[in-house]
Amino acid sequence: MAEWVEVVLRVLVVIAAFLVLPLLVGQTEHKAMAHMQSRVGPMYAGGFHGWAQLVADGVKFAQKEDVVPAAADRTVFKLAPAVALLPYLVAFVAIPVGPGLVGQDLDLGLFFVLAVMSVGVLGSLMGGWASANKYSLLGGMRIAAQLMAYELPFVLAAVSPAMAAGTLSLTGIVEAWQWWWLLWQLPAMVVFFVAGLAELRRPPFDMPVADSEIVFGPYTEYTGLRFALFLLAEYAGIVLLSALTAVLFLGGWQGPFEGALGWLWTLVKTGVVAFVVIWARVAYPRLREDQLQSLAWKVLVPVALAQLALTTVVAVA
Amino acid sequence: MSAVEVLFALLGLVAVGSALLVVTTARLVHAALWLVVTLGALAGCYLLLAAEFVAWVQVLIYVGAVVVLLLFALMLTRAPTAAEAGTVTANRPLAAGLAVLVAAALVSSLVAGFRDVRIDLDDSVVGSAETTGEALFTSWVLPFEVLSVLLLAALVGAIVLSRSTRGGGR
Repeated sequence: MAEWVEVVLRVLVVIAAFLVLPLLVGQTEHKAMAHMQSRVGPMYAGGFHGWAQLVADGVKFAQKEDVVPAAADRTVFKLAPAVALLPYLVAFVAIPVGPGLVGQDLDLGLFFVLAVMSVGVLGSLMGGWASANKYSLLGGMRIAAQLMAYELPFVLAAVSPAMAAGTLSLTGIVEAWQWWWLLWQLPAMVVFFVAGLAELRRPPFDMPVADSEIVFGPYTEYTGLRFALFLLAEYAGIVLLSALTAVLFLGGWQGPFEGALGWLWTLVKTGVVAFVVIWARVAYPRLREDQLQSLAWKVLVPVALAQLALTTVVAVA
Repeated sequence: MSAVEVLFALLGLVAVGSALLVVTTARLVHAALWLVVTLGALAGCYLLLAAEFVAWVQVLIYVGAVVVLLLFALMLTRAPTAAEAGTVTANRPLAAGLAVLVAAALVSSLVAGFRDVRIDLDDSVVGSAETTGEALFTSWVLPFEVLSVLLLAALVGAIVLSRSTRGGGR
């Protein structure tokens, strides 16, 4: 009975984190981006520096009419936001926050997270095709092309710390982590982070949703709650990518006072990486399609392969 | 029947049902999406057979990459969401007959070869990453290397085909 209660508790905590952390990142983006652009951002909702802005946005989304275009493929169109969002929720289960503080500690944790994350893109592709809109379709094609280019360096870079630690378990990788991995695994970390940004279609890799060219890509025809689900998926993706970077490359809960404050270290490191994700959006202009492809194939893949070779030599020696 | 067996049978039913839908649906993109369901159900079957590693590889490679590639190709060639005519050729009965024959051959050889093999589900290391890796790089290392050479040949072939610069045409 106690075991059963624990499973339910763990699932509830994961769902709560899944709903709260993306909103936190979203609010930080509102404020940080505003200040970087010499604005103040939301100030009124909730009273104190607009802290309730995203809650208000959520209420607004829920009130909007749910429109499905006449020519759209109704079932696929309606299913797409769920397909985009659910994989991230499932992947959250395997992310360790502290020793033992994990939804479900899997032997193949890293592989599980990568596999499940790769399913999420299907939602955007489904939305892009089913909307029966040429901008959506173009966005869908751009997503597919981008994903195929960046999936390879993403997985290759993630393999490097797993090889160094000798395990695919995320908890095991954190436990094997040493501070000098920061230097030694730096190329893999950069490749992982950049390829992750591209997989999430975050700026500067937001060709698929480039608003000045193709309106909003695959999400053009979505309104109300379904659109909000796509947005939530994007921010959940940021949290997941940041948490994975923190766990794989930054040592997760390792740090001073890790016995008592380990979970806080993981969250702080995740938060710092998430801030860099936001920063990149403000700092860099959008990459063109050919620049995207050559960055993936001519820079990231070779760097990831070289890092793998280096890791192999050090791990075997 | 135990819960695992019931679950396995259900997943098998889902896999077969969605596989039939893949070949009967009138819209090609729907076929690709039903293929996702088939491959996902197969991954579930692998999980229940304690082949954890194979299950996640199935999801990562087939659902995450192969189907995305398929959808990309379909989006390039067919934009309309309406049902398409003319996607069925006269070869259909022939193809169906061939598929049944192949299925019969595969099923009979599997049943003949593994009739008495039982997996102990309590011993969960049967298909973990460690055991899979060890088997792959000890007893199966030669077939593994031969396959990688085959893939390399296919890669080189693809590059040669896509560079249509015969006589410096570019």
